[in-house]
Amino acid sequence: MATTSERPVALGNAWTRWFRHGDGLFAAIVALFSVLVVGLVFAVGVVTYLGSAEARAQFGAGFFTGIDWNPIETSIQAVTFGAWPAVRGTLLTSLIAVTLAAPVGIGIGIYLSELCPRSIRQPLSFMVELLAAIPSVIYGLWGVLVLLPFFTDVLANPIADSLGTIIPALAQPVGTGRGIIATGMILALMILPTISAITRDVLAVVPNTQREVMLALGATRWEVIWGAVLPYSRAGIVGGIMLGLGRALGETMAAVMIVGNTARISDSWFQPATTAASQIASELTNATSPLHESALIYLALTLFAITLTLNLAARILVAQLSRGAASSRF
Amino acid sequence: MSMQEGDTAMEQTRPMNLVGGIAATAARARERRAGSVQLTGPKIVAEHFNFYYGAFQALADISLEFPALQVVGIIGPSGCGKSTLLRAINRMHDRTPGARGEGRLTLDGQEIYAAATDPIQIRRRVGMVFQRPNPFASSIYANVAYGLRLNGVRSRQQLDERVEHALRRAALWDEVKDRLHRDSGTALSGGQQQRLCIARAIATEPEVLLMDEPCSALDPIATLKIEELIDQLRAQFTIVMVTHNMQQAARVSDMTVFMLMDEKTRAGRVIEVAATAQLFTSPGDARTEAYISGRFG
Ligand SMILES: Nc1ncnc2c1ncn2[C@@H]1O[C@H](COP(=O)(O)OP(=O)(O)OP(=O)(O)O)[C@@H](O)[C@H]1O
Ligand SMILES: [Mg+2]
Repeated sequence: MATTSERPVALGNAWTRWFRHGDGLFAAIVALFSVLVVGLVFAVGVVTYLGSAEARAQFGAGFFTGIDWNPIETSIQAVTFGAWPAVRGTLLTSLIAVTLAAPVGIGIGIYLSELCPRSIRQPLSFMVELLAAIPSVIYGLWGVLVLLPFFTDVLANPIADSLGTIIPALAQPVGTGRGIIATGMILALMILPTISAITRDVLAVVPNTQREVMLALGATRWEVIWGAVLPYSRAGIVGGIMLGLGRALGETMAAVMIVGNTARISDSWFQPATTAASQIASELTNATSPLHESALIYLALTLFAITLTLNLAARILVAQLSRGAASSRF
Repeated sequence: MSMQEGDTAMEQTRPMNLVGGIAATAARARERRAGSVQLTGPKIVAEHFNFYYGAFQALADISLEFPALQVVGIIGPSGCGKSTLLRAINRMHDRTPGARGEGRLTLDGQEIYAAATDPIQIRRRVGMVFQRPNPFASSIYANVAYGLRLNGVRSRQQLDERVEHALRRAALWDEVKDRLHRDSGTALSGGQQQRLCIARAIATEPEVLLMDEPCSALDPIATLKIEELIDQLRAQFTIVMVTHNMQQAARVSDMTVFMLMDEKTRAGRVIEVAATAQLFTSPGDARTEAYISGRFG
């Protein structure tokens, strides 16, 4: 009995405390927004899960490894859907993008925050950020009109004729140049500003004393950067790379325009291929059957799972990098 | 040491006698070191040295001689240019846009600010310990080994030896020898961190050690440890130490420099330089006396 009679009193206090200053109201609104965000992630998961029911029932886990994507029945092949060409394309293009963009982006970040003369720091930073503001369809257009011709003539064909004779992934035929490598290059351009801007920002918050200690030990400018600045900020830089990777995984428009949209697995990375995002975007509006649509949603669920997993892995990596600093050396 | 601690406590409770108290401390410190102090030539010489941050002149007409293998204390009110002078000696201002030195400042006769002088060479001969302990976020061992690796020491055995030697000299070895590789330098206590920073600075065997208020972030016991350490390091290093604590200057320095900001131009000037005992017993300038007796600053 005692507890029930005390409760309303405590509640009353809590109410007045909450609403007298408006703090509580503010907290409630902000909390609502965060719940909304979490709910949204959840809702996306539910919708893709439910929408893919038919395809899941039919293909199960074999969907991920299936190499045929055949929405229309022909005399030689039945209707079947396998995600592997799209998953492979997504992973390879993103990997190429990050491999190309990370060193360059980190380099730009280092230059902006450590080396560049004050007078050009602002304008240069602005230009880099502007790169992030260009809509991806324009990147795609530029890729088709400028990059592809240049890429086939200057890079792809010479590489395929030389290195390609040893490494199958770089072999002929190059064709129009549309394919995994060209897409990776465009994606690299698109995530470059993300990586360089984040690198610049995390380097800017490295305490000056860290640099001064190195300097006082007789370090050169490069040794200061390599020995003190980068180790201090590596968790943040990895975070930036992961953000770029996330963007590359989900990028749709530029991929649709450059990857070649062919759900086929070719040995050569110069050959047309597809990515999960581009396949969904280009096929969903003219899906031939409910199963086709369901398979596309299943593909979306797969992409969602990939991004979630990679994000989680990145979180763990960053947490470990910022904690296990004891292993740092140069 | 315990006697000194007692004195310090008493002096603090009797502010009126501060000058006499500090003088006594300085005299005792000198006695304690008598015999161990050799007279040596000047290591660092400033002649009509000026320093500017852009248009602002931070140091005006500094002429000083820092004798080798002695501890020179620099005291003076906040903003009078103590750090500026200290950091001029190892060219730490090079990164500051618009900062420049003028006049003569020499290390063993070599012009520190001459165009032909390599600042990196200077910094390898002049170590520095900062106001706040600032270990790297890497292992204790790696912290001390940084400078050695920069100097091209690569052999594991040599690194091990020299890291241990430096940690022993910094009176830290016994406290950390079991966790050299396991713990991060940032996991130590403040006083341990500062001794680690001293170990890092002396590992490369510089000739000069600059210390900018090395104890200001530490508690009294850790401070005492650092002071004992400085007392031992004077055998090998020429030490220049900025301090806000006059007791400390009296306890550890052989020579004391008193600086003051020019009232009109705000440029820092040297008011008085003397053997520590003398400066605290019979200051030659009224402003020095006013400052050390706590009447301003
Ligand atoms: N980077 C800088 N740019 C411009 N002015 C500076 C800079 N660093 C210091 N100053 C100025 O130079 C003067 C001397 O500064 P300094 O840091 O040498 O004083 P200090 O004696 O060490 O003071 P404190 O005891 O507070 O550490 C001050 O007026 C300060 O404002
Ligand atoms: Mg200072």
